[in-house]
Amino acid sequence: MSNEATLHSQQEVMHGAHDHHDHEHHHEDSFISKYVFSMDHKMIAKQFLITGIVWAIIGAFFSVLFRLQLGFPDATFPWLESILGHWAKGGRISAEAYYALVTMHGTILVFFVLTAGLSGTFSNLLIPLQVGARDMASPFMNCLSYWFFFLASLVMMASLFVQTGPASGGWTMYPPLSALGDASIGSKIGVDLWLTSMALFVVSQLLGGLNYISTLLNMRTKGMAMTKMPLTIWSFFFTAVLGVLSFPVLLSGFILLLMDRHAGTSFYLSDIFIAGKALANEGGSAILYQHLFWFLGHPEVYIIILPAMGMVSEVLAVSSRKPIFGYLAMIGSLFAICILAFLVWAHHMFVTGLNPFLGAFFVLLTLLIAVPSAIKVFNWITTIWKGNINFTPASLFSIGFVSTFISGGLTGIWLGNSSIDIHLHDTMFVIAHFHIVMGVSAFFGMFAGIYHWFPKMYGRFMNNTIGYIHFWVTMIGAYLIFWPMHYEGMAGMPRRYYDVSGWASFKQFGGLNEFITIVVILVFAVQLLFVFNFFYSIFKGRKMTNQNPWNATTLEWTTPIHAGHGNWPGEIPEVYRWAYDYSKDGRDFIPQTEPIGPNESAH
Amino acid sequence: MSGFLAVLVVVLIFIVIFQIAKASEYVSILKGEKKAREQSNRINGFMLIAFLVLGLIGVYWCNDLLKGKILGESASEQGEGVDTLIYVTLAITGVVFVITQIALFWFAFKYQEKEGRKAFYFPHNNKLEVIWTVIPAIALTILVAFGLKHWFQLTSEAPKDAAVVEITGKQFNWIFRYPGKDGALGRRDFTKIDPAAGNELGLDWNDPLNKDDFMPTEMHLVVGKPVKLVIGSRDVIHDVGLPHFRMKMDAVPGIPTTLWFTPKYTTKQMKEKTGNADFTYEISCDQMCGSGHYSMRGVIVVETQEEYDKWVAGQKSTYSLTHADTAAPAGEAKADSTQKTVAANIK
Repeated sequence: MSNEATLHSQQEVMHGAHDHHDHEHHHEDSFISKYVFSMDHKMIAKQFLITGIVWAIIGAFFSVLFRLQLGFPDATFPWLESILGHWAKGGRISAEAYYALVTMHGTILVFFVLTAGLSGTFSNLLIPLQVGARDMASPFMNCLSYWFFFLASLVMMASLFVQTGPASGGWTMYPPLSALGDASIGSKIGVDLWLTSMALFVVSQLLGGLNYISTLLNMRTKGMAMTKMPLTIWSFFFTAVLGVLSFPVLLSGFILLLMDRHAGTSFYLSDIFIAGKALANEGGSAILYQHLFWFLGHPEVYIIILPAMGMVSEVLAVSSRKPIFGYLAMIGSLFAICILAFLVWAHHMFVTGLNPFLGAFFVLLTLLIAVPSAIKVFNWITTIWKGNINFTPASLFSIGFVSTFISGGLTGIWLGNSSIDIHLHDTMFVIAHFHIVMGVSAFFGMFAGIYHWFPKMYGRFMNNTIGYIHFWVTMIGAYLIFWPMHYEGMAGMPRRYYDVSGWASFKQFGGLNEFITIVVILVFAVQLLFVFNFFYSIFKGRKMTNQNPWNATTLEWTTPIHAGHGNWPGEIPEVYRWAYDYSKDGRDFIPQTEPIGPNESAH
Repeated sequence: MSGFLAVLVVVLIFIVIFQIAKASEYVSILKGEKKAREQSNRINGFMLIAFLVLGLIGVYWCNDLLKGKILGESASEQGEGVDTLIYVTLAITGVVFVITQIALFWFAFKYQEKEGRKAFYFPHNNKLEVIWTVIPAIALTILVAFGLKHWFQLTSEAPKDAAVVEITGKQFNWIFRYPGKDGALGRRDFTKIDPAAGNELGLDWNDPLNKDDFMPTEMHLVVGKPVKLVIGSRDVIHDVGLPHFRMKMDAVPGIPTTLWFTPKYTTKQMKEKTGNADFTYEISCDQMCGSGHYSMRGVIVVETQEEYDKWVAGQKSTYSLTHADTAAPAGEAKADSTQKTVAANIK
């Protein structure tokens, strides 16, 4: 108790003042309208975040389960049977269960955590706060966006419990495997539920995305020219544009798949003999689905990584006390990535029998993306050069992001070159590549965002010590898991193999697989520590005493510590300058709301 | 019980970490925020530089440990090009990797927050930005040029004298078909597939070209002779993965695909080269195809022309095998004639 007192005594005075202030604007919300069907973007952001965290725990736990199988193919774990039942008879996960876990891990992490949980959280939280708006353009659509996501979550969750199991054809859901119940047990009702859930998810993304775009285009506060926006907002903008343009294509692909499953059409099916009989379908192309899927699927990886890039740019600038280097180049490279994202989808399809001449263009355009990516990396490194860096957990995760983005990005240059892809396609090399560059990196960006804006969300800080432990174990663990995995891929070990012990060419990696699994378990445990820290700090964290704890220039820190619906109690502040006046003219930072002085140097 | 204990231990560790973390928060408040901040910056700064140094050593060590476990030299002529491109790319990306990681962690360490240090206001520099736009662009142009040169070689038309082997994926094994003496594969139709009658591929028996096609359980290839694989699938998408030959191509139902390569070493030679008596050229399925995906293994035997000829001589045509059975009850005369055809075909 005395400790609690030490912890919280200093801010009582200030906090009291704010309480008083808050009351003027307070209109009583019911529990339902405040916490459930809230239209306040800040609450919706929290809803996305917490739902995302729940999904992340489930998705990551699935990876622990299938890594157990991969690392210890001969061992039995009786407790597996008690949680998975007949899917793990005798304590060994069955092949069907393994593939269901792999598929769900991918679906959950890519869509529910790193799309909805990441951009859903931070676009919602930061767009109105950083452009100076009271809320989203349509708070109601925003509310719907979350609840469609919630419905999608319910359907996906339900699919885990049906008797024939969830979808198990890989998160890309390629037909004919996903189209024919006879081809795989997971392609029975599991795929229908998967498609339904994803359709709801697309609706949620479109509602959200249109809202983000219209808010930041139309509702910026006075003086907030587009070129004065923080890079976070630029990245959310491009993310939303990508989503709005590509998710509908995915949905169309899903609808055709659903029709092939139930309406007897042959969009994707042709010349198939399965379960002892030849199917009537003729003339379809299984490759058509892949085009439709990857037309979203590739932009999707940028939907995941761009918000992380934006937040890392912001956090690095704030914690280095330096302006982000090359602000316009950063916007330009985001724009270039956004355009190129639509023109590279077929690099996932080099070995499908795609016309090699067409493939050549996709090689060129794919490697072209490395240029804006390289610009961003060099700019981040220059941002911390000659800075004065304060290592908060957020800034450590940002540095970690740059490191993993380099490591994973460089292997993209390997895979984007079709002549190398012909050897490495669908091997563990690909797993290593995309987990580092869009899994680990995106998570690092997300963690940076959570640690950095947690005070804005909850008026308290997360525990730093646990934050440091979280960062270091995750950083070291991520490299230990994924670095050696490249070698498995170099040996041609295919991805999605339940057991490699029967293969003369791949079984030499048994020991390595064991090692990776052990690290996975450790890293997973530390993520639980983070989750605990998150929830504990919501209620018991050190209270925020200063409304601008990181001495940042941006608008969100001009709102009261516990901002009500509407964000600013009085007028929305006016903006006079860009978001990166750190260490300018001998001043530590100059808020965006401060008019340009007569003798100020230009940037 | 042991499971319960394990959970208990984990929970206890959690509680200990949590208590330490909480205590350190109180200590930092008592000590003063400034001092705590200085200390944490020093520790994390040191950790960053230690991570860089140990990480780079680890990269080297990991390579030392695992380089012997990857495939070694390519077993096909075409794969040599793939390997060369991998080495060129490795060199370029490796240099970039080392430089950028060192810069990142070194700057983070060097410019950690210190009393009295002022950050340098450095918002942009056009010259620098042009430099690091142009250099990657040039490096990538080189990689694209090299890559496409190899790509067009890899995907070019197979030479006219290439042997033709058909490989068809099904859940969960590979079916091989050789054209037989006439050198041409017969027509097939998926509606004629009848595994019970031994017609796994739906060969159209009205097509005379089918009469001498044979379907072994392993793929045999002649060393030094180009081979063209005609790839198909009977049910879902599979993928013919040939890691030793650095080749890969999807097997798509309804859309035949091809690839070609020239094996460089016989299986026997590879056994000697690798010092591994169990060495086998394996065909892996590289596209998720259902619950048996991981077990969809095919075997390729690369041998000399003489060995190959001997092997072919021992193969029976699928037509003879399937029709011998059904023909048998119909009378000896017919069976006899079938056997003659077989004999003729084999010659």
